[in-house]
Amino acid sequence: MRALEVDGLRKCFGGFAALRGVDLHVDEGELFGVIGPNGSGKTTFFNCVTGTLKCSAGKVAFKGREITNAAPDAIYRMGIGRTFQLIELFPGMTVLENMLLALQERQGSMLGRLFRIREETNERQALELLEFLRIAHLQDELARNLSYGEQKLLDFGMVMMSNPGLILLDEPTCGVEIQMRQQMMHHIKELNKQGTTIIVIEHNMDVVMNLCTRIVVLDTGEKIAEGSPQEIQNNQKVIDAYFGAEE
Amino acid sequence: MAQANHAMKLRSVLIGWALALLLLLLPVFVFKSQYLLYISSLTCIYMIVACGLNIVLGYAGQISLAQAGFLGIGAYVCALLGPTLSFWVVLPLAGLVCFVIGLGLGFPSLRVKTHFLAMVTLGFTVIVYLILVNEENWTGGPFGVFNIPRPKIGSLSFSSPANYHIIVALVTFILLLLAFWGLNSQWGRAFKAIRENEARAEMLGVNLRNYKLMAFAIGSAFAGVGGALIAPLFGYIDPTMFALGFSFQFLLMVVVGGVGRFEGPLLGAMIVAILPEMLRVTEKYFPVIFALAAILIMVFMPKGSVSAVDWAYKKITGKEEPHLTK
Amino acid sequence: MLPELLIKGLSLGAIYAMIAMGFCLLWQTSRLVNFAEGEFVTIPAFLMVMFYSVLAVPYPLAILFAILVAALLLGVVMKKTLVDALITRGNTPFVVTTIALGFFVKDFLTVFATPEAMNFPSMVRQTPLHFAGAAFSSLDLWNIVIAAVVILGVGFFIRKSKPGKALQAVAQNREAAVIMGIDAQKMILLAFSINAVLAAFSASLAAPIYMVKYDMGNELGLKAFYAAIIGGFNQVRGALLGGLLVGLIEILTAAYISTKYKSGFVLLVLIAVILFKPEGLLGTKEQ
Repeated sequence: MRALEVDGLRKCFGGFAALRGVDLHVDEGELFGVIGPNGSGKTTFFNCVTGTLKCSAGKVAFKGREITNAAPDAIYRMGIGRTFQLIELFPGMTVLENMLLALQERQGSMLGRLFRIREETNERQALELLEFLRIAHLQDELARNLSYGEQKLLDFGMVMMSNPGLILLDEPTCGVEIQMRQQMMHHIKELNKQGTTIIVIEHNMDVVMNLCTRIVVLDTGEKIAEGSPQEIQNNQKVIDAYFGAEE
Repeated sequence: MAQANHAMKLRSVLIGWALALLLLLLPVFVFKSQYLLYISSLTCIYMIVACGLNIVLGYAGQISLAQAGFLGIGAYVCALLGPTLSFWVVLPLAGLVCFVIGLGLGFPSLRVKTHFLAMVTLGFTVIVYLILVNEENWTGGPFGVFNIPRPKIGSLSFSSPANYHIIVALVTFILLLLAFWGLNSQWGRAFKAIRENEARAEMLGVNLRNYKLMAFAIGSAFAGVGGALIAPLFGYIDPTMFALGFSFQFLLMVVVGGVGRFEGPLLGAMIVAILPEMLRVTEKYFPVIFALAAILIMVFMPKGSVSAVDWAYKKITGKEEPHLTK
Repeated sequence: MLPELLIKGLSLGAIYAMIAMGFCLLWQTSRLVNFAEGEFVTIPAFLMVMFYSVLAVPYPLAILFAILVAALLLGVVMKKTLVDALITRGNTPFVVTTIALGFFVKDFLTVFATPEAMNFPSMVRQTPLHFAGAAFSSLDLWNIVIAAVVILGVGFFIRKSKPGKALQAVAQNREAAVIMGIDAQKMILLAFSINAVLAAFSASLAAPIYMVKYDMGNELGLKAFYAAIIGGFNQVRGALLGGLLVGLIEILTAAYISTKYKSGFVLLVLIAVILFKPEGLLGTKEQ
């Protein structure tokens, strides 16, 4: 079964078409990359998949189940997680609390959550993940006090908490210094090895080429190329899109 | 490690709440004056209503102007049905009625952005007021309801100020404890997440509407129970006691005390109920000073008076004051 | 009967519309809701009484001075103190502060001015007029005319003048306007000043009708909110339509249904609008 199937996805903001009919599919267990010059619609694409934006047209299916225009919280509960280019954490909550929140809404009923006081299993899982990401020592630190790289890791950890089947990473290494970047890539690869399907938006060519097995290139809202890293690197259309076509 | 932490925390929580109960009941043993007992009971009731409002405002982030309306509904439910059903039935009934109305009011209003709940609750309070004033056959109209009885169990009467305060204090204790529990549960964490980053919370599965709705309904229920307690306290109620302005007062109470902190509204309630009595000399000027203080606090001490307590705590112990809830 | 009621309703509605217009302008430029808007009418009203009745300033000058002082106090000073301090903190702190401000003004006036209601003469003598068999008050007609002139004047300023167009730009898309070099803070200051002027004009028309009292702003402020919500916050036309509607509904309800519930019907309309068209009758959905 395809992890993600997108057919004819369009998104228009008034007169401006950010996505003009994008078709793609991602197989289970893939480490898939979405690249393209600025403004090509990559983040809009993520937003449409996760329900943050309503699609103007087209269909999105997750593991065979249609999720077009579902509500963001419902999509999360179905098993799709996502990080953001601009970090979106809960600054006044501790790292551990951030992690626990990421899991609690996927468990049980709302009423049950009122009565749940023992969260040991969740706490253990959170700490394990924090260990995996090497930030467990920060568990009681307020999220706003973390460095940028640490916040990115926390963001990543929160998404992992709920064991999603599909994770969308929006520029996971953006603005992060080299050592942290290597660490990030390592974590992403590890997670993928464990069976999670991952889609990555990236600007950094090194990262994408080293990380992803298959890549899609967007330009002004359209898919202009698809293939392995080698194929993409040698694709003239892609080169033109990034560097401007020769007149 | 976490286990030991939990055990220690639990012990301090239990001790803290035992002390709180003692404090709430203290006036019964210490005050002889009717008036002081009356002020104590009033303070407790304000604390209940303000705590409820804090759940809506400070935890779920919604401005509600319905507190006065629900206070009125609770009070009139008690005053009108009290004589026929017993007080013990009417008390939870008032809360339940307001909870249900809160659900009904919040359900359509919360799907629109922020300030619309403020407007709807404003309209609601005005409508409640109009009905209370105009429907004389039911509510006694502008003349109000007299001789509201205080409760009794068998031959044990709770009419005396001291005895009635016992009831008020116990109900206050129970409600505050319930609020404390709820806000420290996973709901509290969800509320905090909503407050800090609503969009991300939603993306992590938090159903914004349900949580906000619950917060609003609970806040409304608290005000309703407060109303059921306030009617026998005054002995007499009329619609002017539940006008829109009172809703604003509660809002300021929460804000001056400290929004989003558990003890904030409690502090605010005490300030509003007790301070004017203590500063008898400046009674005429108290409202002006309070309003000015509220403005200054919003500008310079946005976390409310609680931050002054925090500061003192840090000065004395050198550590950050632990928050009572998430 | 009906034509007279309509005129009366429009007359009241015109006053509400002026207040609502300022209120909406504030919201559009700064996304701030001013719960003290009613007091923004009370203050100029008190100033007018002070200038005219106490300081014996000639009537037109009294009104002019009041408008100028209001523009300064409720426009410039307000912006530079409260708004600047709070605007970065989000909507709720500002709303709560304006609630406190409203209380402060009312309590201040009660204690330091007077809790009594005061008279203030109207701009024209109240003479009954007859037209097509119906009897109107000249005052009602005058209110409509003055309000129309002021509203059109402000509207013209906003649409045609350079600062006005910049104001519109900020109202429609703040980020884009800032990128194009418009100083959003200056525009907010302008909006607050215009709001103060509109509220002050409303005061001059409302004072003779409502009598000048510390709590006169309660009802006027509420009506302005209702008007803004019913008509639509994000279009000036919305505020105008809302104001006129509120005035009309109020008068017609009082006449045909019940005086006791005259505010009640407006509230029902309000709640209906919030439920079914939350952006207001003439408002546009925000993205």
